Amino acid sequence: MRNLLSLIFLVMLSVSAAAVGVDEKRLDDPTQEARAQEIMKQIRCLVCQNQSIVDSDAALARDLRIIVRERIIAGDNDEQILGYMTSRYGDWVLLKPPFDGATIVLWLSPLLLLMVGFYVIYRNQKLRKSNVSSEPLTSEEKQRLEQLLNNEGRK
Amino acid sequence: MSLNRFIPLAVFCVIAIALYVGLSLNPSNIPSELINDPTPEFSLPVVGGEEVSFSSIDLAAEDGVVIVNFFASWCAPCYVEHPFLMKLKERGYKIYGVAYKDKARDTNRFIAQQGNPYYKIAADEDGRVAIDWGVYGVPETYFIKNGIIRYKHASPILEMEFEDKIVPILEGVDE
Repeated sequence: MRNLLSLIFLVMLSVSAAAVGVDEKRLDDPTQEARAQEIMKQIRCLVCQNQSIVDSDAALARDLRIIVRERIIAGDNDEQILGYMTSRYGDWVLLKPPFDGATIVLWLSPLLLLMVGFYVIYRNQKLRKSNVSSEPLTSEEKQRLEQLLNNEGRK
Repeated sequence: MSLNRFIPLAVFCVIAIALYVGLSLNPSNIPSELINDPTPEFSLPVVGGEEVSFSSIDLAAEDGVVIVNFFASWCAPCYVEHPFLMKLKERGYKIYGVAYKDKARDTNRFIAQQGNPYYKIAADEDGRVAIDWGVYGVPETYFIKNGIIRYKHASPILEMEFEDKIVPILEGVDE
């Protein structure tokens, strides 16, 4: 039992160790390394496409991680580093697309759909209200109702 | 009121068309950022040596169409593409080859076995120049006319695609 527990513990340890770029040298300064990893999380791996370069084991992703660290040591700010990537690979390399003319539909469509949804609810409510008549039954209608109810009772 | 009944159908049609178009795009075709730009600045050594094979200055000085092909001996699709590169050479195209992250010995063996379609070959051992070009895999091929990049093709070039897609672009510009 103890062996099993320690095995599970070891396996868990190894998974967390593999999470971020196991293969390369990290920056000595932990705050700089944290900044580097924040930037890497925003950059798409061009080989595997739906992973960031932090998560990817592809050789190109490793090269790009090395470049991010180099640029940080060289004193670039975050925009400059992301600019380095987009000038080579386009906006596509950013996992979060920038807000501009080409992506305005992408960014605003959830809001638009939400508004359409509210409008539909509002309109339906209004329709339902206007359908309900508040007038009392006429004597003719009362008679008919009575008749129907009595018929039902006889059966 | 009767028109309202068609709203769901209309919404469905719009979504269906958007999905049909969107899902039929090839996700591995990433548009290049370098189209209509001059080539990035670089200078690369010959395979297995120190002296410069070619640089951005050589490409800028070329008149007419030249081709830059990133390849590697470890890349299986490059073997598929190779016969067509040989054909392009026969047709008089000047192809500059960049051996991407390849050992000199392997590159030389690849060329010896498969034939040499290249006008000049350079070695990009650490792949940094390739990153400057926006290369994300091999083979990738850039078509340059009068020093300006006009078209990029990722994955092997096949003859039909070259004729139908690339030749019109290269003939179309600069009129």
